[in-house]
Amino acid sequence: MIEKILIANRGEIASRIIRTCKRLNIRTVSVYSEADVNSPHVDMADESYLIGPPRVNESYLNVEKIITVAKEVKADAIHPGYGFLSESGTFAEQCEQAGILFIGPNSKVIRQMGSKIAARTAMEQAGVPIVPGTKEAVNSIEEAKNIAREIGYPIMLKASAGGGGIGMQVVHSENELQTAFEHNSKRALTFFGDGSMFIERKIENARHIEIQILADHFGNAVHLFERECSIQRRNQKVIEEAPSPFISEHTRNLMGETAVKAVKAIEYTNAGTIEFLVDEEENFYFLEMNTRIQVEHPVTEEITGLDIVEQQIQVANGETLSIYQQDLSMNGHALEARIYAEDPNTFFPSPGHITNFEYPEGPYIRNEVAVKNSYDVTPFYDPMIGKLIVYGRTREEAIKRLKEALMNYRIDGIKTNLPMLKVIADHEQFKRGNTATNFVDKYYLTEVENTK
Amino acid sequence: MEIKATMAGSVWKIAVAQGESVGEGQDVVILESMKMEIPIPADSPGTVKELKVAEGDFVNEGDVIAVIE
Repeated sequence: MIEKILIANRGEIASRIIRTCKRLNIRTVSVYSEADVNSPHVDMADESYLIGPPRVNESYLNVEKIITVAKEVKADAIHPGYGFLSESGTFAEQCEQAGILFIGPNSKVIRQMGSKIAARTAMEQAGVPIVPGTKEAVNSIEEAKNIAREIGYPIMLKASAGGGGIGMQVVHSENELQTAFEHNSKRALTFFGDGSMFIERKIENARHIEIQILADHFGNAVHLFERECSIQRRNQKVIEEAPSPFISEHTRNLMGETAVKAVKAIEYTNAGTIEFLVDEEENFYFLEMNTRIQVEHPVTEEITGLDIVEQQIQVANGETLSIYQQDLSMNGHALEARIYAEDPNTFFPSPGHITNFEYPEGPYIRNEVAVKNSYDVTPFYDPMIGKLIVYGRTREEAIKRLKEALMNYRIDGIKTNLPMLKVIADHEQFKRGNTATNFVDKYYLTEVENTK
Repeated sequence: MEIKATMAGSVWKIAVAQGESVGEGQDVVILESMKMEIPIPADSPGTVKELKVAEGDFVNEGDVIAVIE
C-alpha cells in the first residue's frame, strides 16, 4: 500500500503530483537543489529535503542521493515526473533494488523504448507502422550517405539516445549531410554519452499526434485518445490540444487500437504515450514512446475526466485498471499553452528575476505553475515556467477562452513567450486547424518578420 | 575588447585558444543556459589575449568571458 511518495522532480509537475497525493491522503516528500530553495514545490510537500547544488547531475539526477533520502524518510514509492530520471533504466532498477516502488514501467521496457533503434524494432514486430529508415545504428558518414541515397532526401537525422530535439536535424542534400552528421553525432556523444545516429525519411507537412495509454500488471490496457502537439519551436512543443482537429474518427480508433496492441506486445505497465507522425493522408508512423507522464497530460484529463497521476499510483500499487475502453469518451476540447522564459522571437532563454506574476483564473481555466511573484528563474533547468490549460465545449470556444486567458496573464522582469502564444491563438491558420509541425516557421516567424 | 556573457549559464565549450586570431562573428565560447546552447561570438576580429573562464564555470549576464585585442 502506497502511503508516502517522494517526488524526484521540481517545477510545475512536482506541484501537480503533490496535489493528487493530497487528495488521495498520501504523504508527500519533495527534494530540491540549492537553486530551488524558494520553489513552490518545496513548500507544498509534507516534508522537503535539500539534495545538492544547482547542477542537475549533483541534484535532480543524483540517483544515490535521492534513493538515500527515500529510504531515510521511508517512502513507499518514487514518482519521477517527466525529464530528469523519469526515463532512466538505471534509476528504475535502483528503486526496484532498494524496495521502493518506481511509479512507471519496469527498467527493461524503459531501456528498450529509450533506444530509438530498439524501440523501432519492437514496434515494427508489434505491427505498428514505422517511418522508412535504418534499423541499425549508422556509425560512419559513408554509410549514412548510402542510406540517405536509398531513402531519398530530405531525410531526418536523429541521435539514437537523443531527446528534447537535441541531436536531430532535417538534411536536404549530401553536402549538408557531411557536416550535419559530424555535428549531431558529436553533440549526442556530449549530451547523452552515445554518438550513434539513425536516419529516417522526412515526412512532409507532418503532424505530431500521440496516444495516451494506461496499462496495469495484469495485461489490461486502454487508450485515452489522442493529443495533437504540432505547434512546436526548436522541436519542442508549445501548444497542445485534445482531440486533434485533423484526424477522422476512423483514424482515431485505428491509432488507439494500434497503441493498445503495441503496449500489450511489449508488456508495458503504467502510463505511457506513443507518439506518431501523421501525414496529409492520415497515414501514421511510430515516432517514439515516452515511458512516463507527459507535460501535456492535462488536456487528456480535461476531456476524459480522469486524473492520470492517480491512475499511475493505482497501477504502481498493484491494482487492476478500474476503467474499460468502452467506458471512456471524449468530452469537449482542451488546449494547453506552455509558458517559456524565453525571447518570443529568437527562442533564446531568458533567466532572471520575476518582479510580477499574475495568472488568469476562472471557470474552464487550469494553471500549472512553477514560479511565483518575486522569484528567480535560474539558468539551470528547462525554460518552461508554467502551463495554461483551457477547456471549451468546442475547439472554437476553447481557442476563444485561451485568447482571453492569455490577455490576463502577466509576467514582468523576464522575457516570456506570451506574445508568441497570443499571436498563435489569434492566427487564422490555427483557428482552421492547419497545425502541421512547420506551423511556427511557416506562419508565426513570417508574421514576426513582416511586423518588424 | 571584452567579450561578455549575454545571459547567465555555464560554460559548455571554449571554442578558441589564447593567442588565436578570431574573425568577426566567430564563436568564442558556447554557454549552456536552460538546456540550450548559446554561442557567444566575437564582435570584431582580433587576437584572443585572455580567456577569463574555464569549461564548466558558471557565469552571470555581463561577466567578461574573454579579452580580444
